[in-house]
Amino acid sequence: MRLQLALLSSALLLPGCSRSSAPKPPAPTAYGIQIAEVSGGKQVAAVGSALPQPVVMQVNGADGNPVAGALVSFRGEGVDFNPAQALSDASGQATAAVRLGSAPGDYQIVAETPKSGGGSAAVTLRETALGYEQKLGSEVNDKYCNRCHDNESTPERVSNFDNLSPAPHLYTDGATYNRISDADLLNIIARGGPALGKSPQMPAYGSTLKPAEIKALISYIRAMADPPYQTPGVKYGK
Amino acid sequence: MVVGPSLEELLNSNDQPGPLRSRPSGRELAIFGAVSLVLVVSLAIAPAKNYFSDWRHLQKAYLKLANDRQGGTLVRNFHGGIRQTWIPSLGVVDRCETCHVNQNGALLGSAGQPFRKHPPIPHDLGQFGCVLCHRGQGAATSVEEAHHTTEAWEQPLLPARYLDSSCGQCHLGALPGAPRLNEGRRLLSAMGCVHCHVVAQPDGNVMKPDDNPPPLVHIAEKTSREWIFAWIKNPQAYAASATMPNFQLSDQDAADISAFLIAQSTPSAAVKNAPPTAPSAQPAATANPTEAATLYGSLFCSSCHAVQNAAGNLVGGNFGPELTRVGSKANPDWLRRWLKDPGQYEPDTRMPHYRFDEKQITMLSGFLLAKKDDDLLSKVHLPAANADSVVRGKKLVTESGCAACHQINGVNPPQNFAPDLSRVGSRALSQIVFVPGMKHNVHDYITAKIHDPRSFGPALKMPKFNVTDEQIVALTTALLAQTDRANGLPHELLLSAERKPDYHPGGDAGKLMEDLRCLSCHSINGHGGDMAPDLTREGSSVQRAWLEEFMKNPNTLRPALIRRMPKFNLGPAEIKTISDYILSAYQAPGFDSQTLDAHAMDTDAAARGKQLFYSKYGCQACHIADYKNDKGYVGPALAGVGNRLTPVWMYKWLKDPNALRPGTLMPNLNLKDDEARDLAAFLMTLKAKQNGGAK
Ligand code: HEC
Repeated sequence: MRLQLALLSSALLLPGCSRSSAPKPPAPTAYGIQIAEVSGGKQVAAVGSALPQPVVMQVNGADGNPVAGALVSFRGEGVDFNPAQALSDASGQATAAVRLGSAPGDYQIVAETPKSGGGSAAVTLRETALGYEQKLGSEVNDKYCNRCHDNESTPERVSNFDNLSPAPHLYTDGATYNRISDADLLNIIARGGPALGKSPQMPAYGSTLKPAEIKALISYIRAMADPPYQTPGVKYGK
Repeated sequence: MVVGPSLEELLNSNDQPGPLRSRPSGRELAIFGAVSLVLVVSLAIAPAKNYFSDWRHLQKAYLKLANDRQGGTLVRNFHGGIRQTWIPSLGVVDRCETCHVNQNGALLGSAGQPFRKHPPIPHDLGQFGCVLCHRGQGAATSVEEAHHTTEAWEQPLLPARYLDSSCGQCHLGALPGAPRLNEGRRLLSAMGCVHCHVVAQPDGNVMKPDDNPPPLVHIAEKTSREWIFAWIKNPQAYAASATMPNFQLSDQDAADISAFLIAQSTPSAAVKNAPPTAPSAQPAATANPTEAATLYGSLFCSSCHAVQNAAGNLVGGNFGPELTRVGSKANPDWLRRWLKDPGQYEPDTRMPHYRFDEKQITMLSGFLLAKKDDDLLSKVHLPAANADSVVRGKKLVTESGCAACHQINGVNPPQNFAPDLSRVGSRALSQIVFVPGMKHNVHDYITAKIHDPRSFGPALKMPKFNVTDEQIVALTTALLAQTDRANGLPHELLLSAERKPDYHPGGDAGKLMEDLRCLSCHSINGHGGDMAPDLTREGSSVQRAWLEEFMKNPNTLRPALIRRMPKFNLGPAEIKTISDYILSAYQAPGFDSQTLDAHAMDTDAAARGKQLFYSKYGCQACHIADYKNDKGYVGPALAGVGNRLTPVWMYKWLKDPNALRPGTLMPNLNLKDDEARDLAAFLMTLKAKQNGGAK
């Protein structure tokens, strides 16, 4: 029953990607013993969207040197890869474009390569898909908050992060944000830093943003946290 | 010996016709059995189908999960069977929740599909049903039929990347949180799609182009036939950012079109009004390259025009055309006349009329003409134009629909040149000619059509646009919003796009502001650009001395900004005309001399204000009141603001910034009246060091 359910739900998850004939995997010409991420993890995109950057993996041999011609397979529930399987190039790297699934939240992407002596080496990356509410939050954040909260400043969109003291924590700092409750987040955004005994350089937005926008911001901040934010309350095992 | 009929004979005797038989034969029995079996089986099919249906399995699976997690109440409250949402006014009959039983999240914890909780959206789920947004077959009761294209039903689920399109059925203007839809609609205008295609929205609004294709009626003055040839063969070879599509013309066609375009060109007002001995000096010789580059930089031409740098990246705005290779295009005499007064050549241009002097014109044109790419035209050798090629060129121009975008002498803009796309999102699959191997659904069709129109047939007219894959997804999203359903929705559901009034300032000042193209960048009364601050209430905001000085010598208020107000070389009379107008016409209601008690704004108030500025509200996080200590580079610098803004404006602004400039980044800090007054008193003490604007 459980298997049937899993099959059914995966059928539902992948309405758009039911390819009639999966392309045959290329035959590996070499084997490595270890696989590592070069780039492409921890990206953020809207549900159903391609990640801004491809994921790039590297296969290494026993001597720690890159291995060319090793098979790298990518998989992830609801995620579409192009290509799903590739041979590593001369520098030992394999690249795939990634399109996230239709549900907001975190996606685990596994890149796997068969090892020379049998078995395989794998590495897991995390990517995040934003649903409507988080997208709205990210827009509000881009407009109002990133002027101080973004640690990167460009001439087109200046951020004052480097000049702030104390500087805000980056939203990716899960260790900090996961300890702040929704109620406190709402409090500091609506009533400013002093509401939580923090710096007044964090302004109050309660009279500027609509409640739905603040809710969306919180939803977005939660989605950015690393390690991921867990909703408090009852937890059920898998 | 056996007497009488044997057993065999007795059995066989049935074969002989007899008047009455009491027992059916074996064969009859067999037939009867088979027929009844078929009957029973066929009677059982319906209940069995029902019993073994997808949804029953799923509901059972859900109950098990619910029992494991929350036990009693959830299971007790569950009503099995087909569940349906019926909303007659929207034409929605949805049975999706028969399987998707946990949309409202009654089941605690995470669950995979079909039991995942619906992510939060600003609508009540029951209010609109499912198919309005997700498409698919709402009435279906099997997984396959509900989600995929089948023979009988042709509406598959909409892939998540196009979901924004569904919002666009009611939300006809920009919608926060739906970036794809907004971007797609912007592109329909900015790429000029709607020059040829009609895209009418359900409220009757017809989308308008926003790409400003130049008129070609005087083109022979501006450039050469060789450049036209190279450009129409491949616009992006000249300017990577060009929106002009590629018509995949043959050399012969491009040669004929260029011949015609040169032939149809007539003299512009700039040439007609030019003094007979126009200075045809060799500008490059007299211009000092570094000085010219400095001038180009200090005029902030790059606020609107981009140039490719050595790394191949475009640097600068995209409001005007890219200038990377302008030296290969522009005729030097034309360029001088253009810089002198662009409106003489193109009355509707967005480029302002700078009051450049001869020296500046020489420097700028020399600087621009040096931006050359010799490879662009080196291989273009055209046979001399003759009457035949001009005639052929005109025919090609007419057939290709060039006049849908460009003004061309002797060719009228074509009407209904391309299919109407007002309802393309619901186009029936039976009406679509698919390329072999293509998936049969509307979204893949639209995507393929934009990606490579000629793959549907080499004779098709639609050109190939220079768009990225993500832009194609956005365009498809915007087009998928154009549905039959949207046109049948109750009118109160439609939220129209904001319509921009066509405001034009009047009088002498209005004429001057038109000449300077102020509204290319600034917006007034809802009309104009968004590159620079809205001026609707500028007259209440600034002090006269500052305004006049600023127009003479514009300094930036935001130190870190790369876009700046250019210097127009305005004369004192011009500055007075505009200042008078701004200070009297662009006043905000409720701003008068009684608003603030001037006596209360004393040194004590200023001292309290300073305390509020630095300690209570941390304004220095974004603003600089004192260049020595403050590092807020986000908002405008406030050092010298006491010379710039009026106290009443400061007070009202601090109380509610959004009321004065909707959409401003400045938050409403919910200040009390006396706090706002004290802050204004402090700000008024921040005087500029030298007389002049804030630097
Ligand atoms: C003017 C600069 C500025 C802006 C704009 C700003 N913040 Fe902050 N924010 C800060 C500073 C500074 C802190 C750190 C305060 C402290 O640690 O004392 C902070 C802290 C926070 C915190 C608490 C976490 C932490 O790092 O201490 C949250 C949550 C937060 N900001 C959310 C927002 C949101 C949401 C917005 C947009 C609506 C926003 N901020 C806009 C400056 C800003």
